Formats: sequence, C-alpha cells, structure tokens
Amino acid sequence: MRKLEARRRRATGELSVNCCPGRKDSGEQNRRMGRRIALWAAVPALAAGIVSAQQYGLGRSAGTDEIAAWDITIGPQGKGLPHGAGAAREGAQVYEVRCKECHGEAGAGGDQVGFVGKPEQLVGEKTVRNVGSFWPYATTLFDYTRRAMPFDRPGTLTDDQIYAVTAYILYLNGIVGEDETMDAETLPQVKMPNRGGFIRDPRRKP
Amino acid sequence: MPKDASSRRAFLGAGALLGTALGACRTQESAPPAEQELPSLLGEPVRRYGARSPHETAARAIRETQTPEASSSRTPLGDSYGTVTPSALHFERHHAGVPAIDPAEHKLLIHGLVERPLVFSVDDVKRLPSVSQPYFIECSGNSGGEWSPAGAPTVQLSHGLAACSEWTGVPLKMLLAEAGVQAGAKWLLAEGADACKMQRSVTLEKALDDALVAYGQNGEALRPEQGYPLRLVLPGWEGNANVKWLRRIKLTEGPQYVKDETSKYTELMEDGKAWIFTLEMDAKSVITSPSGGQTIGAQGYREISGLAWSGRGKIVRVEVSTDGGGSWAEAKLQEPVRTKAFTRFTLDWQWAGGEAVLLSRCRDETGYVQPTLAELIAERGRKSAYHCNRIKGWKVAADGSVSNAQA
Ligand code: HEC
Repeated sequence: MRKLEARRRRATGELSVNCCPGRKDSGEQNRRMGRRIALWAAVPALAAGIVSAQQYGLGRSAGTDEIAAWDITIGPQGKGLPHGAGAAREGAQVYEVRCKECHGEAGAGGDQVGFVGKPEQLVGEKTVRNVGSFWPYATTLFDYTRRAMPFDRPGTLTDDQIYAVTAYILYLNGIVGEDETMDAETLPQVKMPNRGGFIRDPRRKP
Repeated sequence: MPKDASSRRAFLGAGALLGTALGACRTQESAPPAEQELPSLLGEPVRRYGARSPHETAARAIRETQTPEASSSRTPLGDSYGTVTPSALHFERHHAGVPAIDPAEHKLLIHGLVERPLVFSVDDVKRLPSVSQPYFIECSGNSGGEWSPAGAPTVQLSHGLAACSEWTGVPLKMLLAEAGVQAGAKWLLAEGADACKMQRSVTLEKALDDALVAYGQNGEALRPEQGYPLRLVLPGWEGNANVKWLRRIKLTEGPQYVKDETSKYTELMEDGKAWIFTLEMDAKSVITSPSGGQTIGAQGYREISGLAWSGRGKIVRVEVSTDGGGSWAEAKLQEPVRTKAFTRFTLDWQWAGGEAVLLSRCRDETGYVQPTLAELIAERGRKSAYHCNRIKGWKVAADGSVSNAQA
C-alpha cells in the first residue's frame, strides 16, 4: 500500500515538472498542456496510477503499415497469428530439409534439443523438458519458429511452412493427427499436455 | 591480482605499521638486492583509445557450443576490483549472435495498448532527461552448476554470469508516458533486433518502477554485445529479461508466454510443476579473493574480498566465515551501498597457514538471508536449474592454494 502510494507520488511528481523543449508552436504546447493536466487528473482513476502525458513531444507517430510490418507478436490465445495453413504431412518435408540437421531425426534431438516428450517425464530421476513434455502453448512453437528458426537462417520460411512444421512437431507428440491442418483458427485450440503445469513464482516478495 | 613477489614484498615493507596494528605475524624475507638503475627509456605516446597493460590478462571464459552465436561468456570475477565490471569483461549470453546495428538506422517502436504509437530514434531517446545508475545484471542460469553439491572450481565459472555496470538511459516510464498507456495494459512485450528477435514479457508495474532504456554503459556507449545502441535494463531482474538491441515495446493485457519464459527460465519443482515468471534475483554473495584457482602465498595478513547483490534492494550485511561456518564475522561494506548493484565487502584476515574454509552470506534490506544449498533444495528440490544463490565455499590448503570447498 505504502509502495503504491510512493509510486503514485513519483509518477505525478514527474508529470508536474517542466514543460518541455520548445520545438512545438505555443498553440500545440497549450493543447498538450491541457491534455496533460486532463490526463494527470485521470491518473488516479486508472489502475495502478498509469502515466499518460506527452510531455516532451519527442518521437514521431508510427504508421499502421510500419506497425504491421514489425508486430509479429502472437498471444497464447492466437492473437496475431497470420494467414496460412499446413499439416504434418507437408511439415515432415520442411523438417527434413530445414530442421533435422540440428534437432535430429523425427525430433529426437541431436546437436540441439529434441521435441518429443510427455509431462510424465517432468518427474523422476532424469527429467526431460521439451515441446512435448513441457511447453504450455502451441502458439509459442509457431511464434518461436517464425522469429528464430532455422537458427542459421531465421525468417526464410513461409507462414504455410511454419504452420506445417509446427503441425509436424505436434504430430510427433501425438497431439494432432497427420492431416490435421494448423492455421490461425485451429492452432490456438490445441491443448498442450502440460498446459496446467505452470504456477506463479511463490518466492517471498519484498 | 598482484601476484608477483616483489609487489608483495613492497606491500609488506610499507605495511609495517599496519602489520603491528593488526597483530600480524610478518613474513621474514630478506631485503631485495641493491639494483643498479638503468637509463630511462621513453614510453609510449598518447593514443586515441586506451588498452590495458599487456601484463593484465583477465578475460571472459567462453562456453563451447555447437552454435557459438547461442552461447555465453563469463566475467572473471576473481580478478575484479570494486563494484564496476569493465564493459569488455561484462558477461555475455546471446541467443542468435551479436547484431551489427547502425545507430542512425535503429528505431524503437512503442505500440499496442497506447494512446499514440510512437517511433523513437536513438537521438530522440538521448535528448530526454537521462539517469545514470549502477545496476548488476545476472543471468538466472548463473551458478546453475552449484545446484549439484560439488559446484564449480573457480568463481568465474560458478558466478561469472553476473556483472555490474553504470547504465545511462531514460526511465522507460518516460517513454511510455509519451505514448500514453491505456487502462487495460498490464504487461508489455520487449523485443530485440537480433536475428532471433529475442523477446520477454515484462509487467507494467516494473516498467513504471525503475526500468531503463539504456544507451550508455560505464561512461561510453553500450558495447555491441551489451545491446548497442539501446537495451532494456530491469534492475534486479534476471538477465534474459533485460532485452538487448531493443527495438519494440508492445503494451498488452497479459504475458505472451514466449519461448524464453516457458521452455527456458522457468523452474521445475519435484512434483513436475514449474515456477513461471521468476523474475527477481534473490540476494547472493561470493568471495572473489581468495577464490578457487588462486594462491595466497605466505601466511600473514590477507584481505578477504567479495561481492554481494540483491534484486530486491540494498545489501545490508555480509558475514564471512573462515572456519567453514563455525563462526561468522561481519564484513565491511564499501560505501555507498547501492540498490540492486554489486556491493563490495572485505574482511581483515590473518592466515595462520593452516587449512581454512571461507564462506560468505548476505542479507538484503527486505530481511532475506542467503540460503545454504540444503535450504534451497528443501524449498525447491533439485531440478530447478536456475536462480541458485547458495552459500559458496572456498578451501585454502596449507600450501596456500585455494580450491572449491565442495569438491
Ligand atoms: C543450425 C542448427 C539449427 C537448425 C537448422 C534449426 N535449429 Fe532450432 N534451435 C537451434 C538452437 C541453437 C536452438 C537454441 C537457441 C537458444 O539458445 O535460444 C534451437 C532451439 C529451437 C527450439 C526451442 C526448443 C526448446 O525446447 O526450447 C525450437 C522449437 C526449434 N529450435 C525449432 C526448430 C525448427 C522448427 C527448425 C526447422 C525449421 C529448426 N529449429 C532448425 C539450432 C537449430
């Protein structure tokens, strides 16, 4: 409670300091000022005292195309998944050519980690943490492959190929069928075996 | 480390007073033979960018991997002085290599649940009111090998995925205020411009607290391997979340469950459940000198020195034991003690020449005390791999050689 109060004070203190470098015309400045005060007044109404006041006027506004080109974020519910589709049958070919040399035959692991496992392997003497045994969301597999794999040439697969190789890795784990198409609709519906396996950090907080 | 005998001798000679004050048993060494002074040679001329003495060889230790771009290098903490890590020795952990970025081309996009999506150039960021603060950054995989009772032989290998720099940048909350955070936003996604577009979910609470978008490190621009030209610094949070080569921040309702906060950087418990978003680094200390691989030399006075830090605030106390935990003495802390930064501690010690086991344990301002391995295991089991902050021991043998006490 005390901490929140301190944070709120810090945030508002910050907002009340100098109005900014004068690159803007005064009309613009006044508009900004007005908006700033309005937003400042609104701050306590926002949860956790969120700051919202353009004070310095630096940075330029981002265009929608510019944002679209960079916004490759995919949420756990599938928000942000692109168009395209693929199934394990095609994915096996992608895997053969683009993944096998590092991740081994049929996701068995090689120089790099494997992809096949079950949550039962998370307990006992020798545990295995991988896509099949551990990952909570299938969307993460698509997202990570799209942004980072193949390791030496990320960004060289089409979205169809990424859906396909994702489907193949899920198929290797018995999570989807060989001809089940993965796309923006179906992938978020896949329930990974270890979905319920994560708990929030219970360590003592200050 | 001044290891050579002559500097030691000089020190002992000059330290006669100190020696008596501390009741030292001074080493009996004969005076150096009178040397004839040689004609002086001219030194090197001035130079544009300095380099250290060729006699100094401390270097990062590289972990060999199949893919050197996804690897790590460790800070030689055993050769460190004070609290700042030279930028060239700051540990590295990359997931897809170090990108070559032209700062004139680099931009930072802030979008998602904001009023005004904005793009900042590096120059824009540098125009804003700046702050400079020392903060440690520690990989949560640091001391991973210390989960096993044996542990690593040197402090570089056991604790070298930690370093401390003075970071210069702007508070992230200042940039967020420019964009205007919408009411529904609770988290943000930070993304780098490296080949794998490394990303992590960060709470808005942290962003509005002490997060920095940094462009400076130890008085100059960030090193490429530390995120040039812009990186996120999340004081006290695990290294991986301090996204380097920062290019995008997206305000979101919840976390994204990206690969490096699910597959990796989560802690598996014995029952198969895993802790997720274990972001703060617990308090930790380690003796850096003398430490494994070093030798003490002759018996007598020997300062014990080490580093302590906490992701939750300031270090308030460090205790050192020279008898394997039988008794503890309070170490001196180098002032000023800074929040979420390395704190140097020292203890005067008379080495009587016999075997000794050196331990350190710290306490931070929240009252948290650094645990033993047994205490950690009792809480978390043996499989969690990350966030190991156990008390670490070094054994001094009768011949002055120092090794891992757990071995
Ligand atoms: C040149 C070797 C190489 C190739 C080819 C490659 N990978 Fe990888 N992969 C890696 C490395 C290295 C990592 C670990 C990266 C890190 O440190 O974050 C990795 C990690 C992964 C992970 C995360 C695994 C886990 O459990 O955390 C997935 C999933 C993955 N790769 C999928 C793929 C797919 C799909 C392909 C083919 C399209 C592929 N990889 C091709 C080297 C490779």
